[in-house]
Amino acid sequence: MRIEPKAKVGLDKRGPGLRLRGELILPQGRPLFRGLEFKAEPGVWTCLLGASGVGKSTLLRLLGGLETAGVFRGEILVSDRQPLAGRAAWMAQSDLLAPWLSVRENVAFGARLRGEKPDWVRVDALLAEVGLKDWAQARPAALSGGMRQRAALARTLMENRPVALMDEAFSALDAGTRARMQELAFGLLQGRTVVLATHDPGEAARLASRAYVLVPDPAGARLAEPHRFATPPLRDPASPDALAAQAALLAELRKPPLEESLRERAS
Amino acid sequence: MRRVLDVLISAAGLIALWALLVRMAELPPYMLPSPWRVAQVFWNDHATLWRNAKITAWESLAGFALGASAGIAAGLLLTISSLARRWLGPFLVLSQSVPTFALAPLIVLWLGFGPESKIVVAALGIYFVVASNFYDGLRRTDPGLLDLARVMGASPRRELWRLRIPAALPSLGSGLKVAAAYAPIAAAVGEWAGASQGLGYLMLYANARLKIDLMFAALLTLAVFGLAFHALVGWAARRMTSWAPEAA
Repeated sequence: MRIEPKAKVGLDKRGPGLRLRGELILPQGRPLFRGLEFKAEPGVWTCLLGASGVGKSTLLRLLGGLETAGVFRGEILVSDRQPLAGRAAWMAQSDLLAPWLSVRENVAFGARLRGEKPDWVRVDALLAEVGLKDWAQARPAALSGGMRQRAALARTLMENRPVALMDEAFSALDAGTRARMQELAFGLLQGRTVVLATHDPGEAARLASRAYVLVPDPAGARLAEPHRFATPPLRDPASPDALAAQAALLAELRKPPLEESLRERAS
Repeated sequence: MRRVLDVLISAAGLIALWALLVRMAELPPYMLPSPWRVAQVFWNDHATLWRNAKITAWESLAGFALGASAGIAAGLLLTISSLARRWLGPFLVLSQSVPTFALAPLIVLWLGFGPESKIVVAALGIYFVVASNFYDGLRRTDPGLLDLARVMGASPRRELWRLRIPAALPSLGSGLKVAAAYAPIAAAVGEWAGASQGLGYLMLYANARLKIDLMFAALLTLAVFGLAFHALVGWAARRMTSWAPEAA
């Protein structure tokens, strides 16, 4: 089930590796995470799993240079020693399409926001790539959820950045659409460094080269040992490697938080 | 078409009720004239009504333009400048605790009997609703879209022009709709405070001479103009923001 990267949307250089080290202290003085070291391997997908509110999105926001609720003390290192700012693309659970623009204009939104002239030939090529050629002039409201997320993917590719930060990018889609979308995104984003925050172990088992679970802890969330895979992605969901990974990640996610296990032991 | 029919039906019902009330209560014409008498006034005095309506319409439109521009400018200023928020914001709210009606005589004193004072009264009456609606819309940009714009590397100026202002247009539209309905009323209030022409002046004139049927005709003309202007601005706003989910 390997998907070959397409020349016209591909990247000439592999995305860089990323490393985030440090702590994030929330306004109440509680650490969201502490002594954390997160690594994203160059040019492949790294998945970040964890319960809601544990800090997955915050970690992604830090990588994207966005505001967070707390104060971050630490560093973000990039393997090629260039700054990360301006080299990441952002994709969220909601498609974030501007409702007043056509699909085509939405794909070119980044250029418009930077005051650049959009490369319309590339826009149209990307729309064809994600199967939205006939919907270029439509407003986002006319599209289904899956189509809207495909438009968001085209917009992400239009940015042509070596790093893609995805916050639950496929979570709002129904199972069938989600599987197709994962395959499409995996094929089109090949060579880029992708960090995908997700709560779905099955998704990580298909896409990740490395999968981390962010474990809640009153003293600050920490990362469990990353799951290592025996086969390269994109994996068949029914393959032994994917199934084993899914089970292992689920087991890690189901471990009770520290305070609960302490309480149980006390009673 | 359905909506036009609905309006006609409810208008006809209202007129019937009005006629019935006059007949049943045997009210004298100087208390409440029958619809028939008001219709006669429309027929006989249409030149007077039309001449005065044009004056009030012009004052309302100019006041609307002035007040809407001031409101849009205030909304933008509050958005881009924290200094304006701190210093101008409280003043804007305070200015609304003084009713325009109370200010009208003062403005007529300052600007005279001509249309200028009415234009300013109308502008004062509407700028706040435009400013507050627009400012609200500008503040409520989808935070996800703002995140996206930041990661894409948008400058604050382009973020405002390409993202926040377009996203706030539906809010601006509802502010302008309310303003359009209010502008003719405010202009008439300005005329009450001192004028020699206009529908508001005509109402006072007719009232003083117990020509209540003429007063009603002027009042109805004002109401029809207000409704038409409201509908026109609503239509324009809907066309400009056809992408937005239909607002109430």
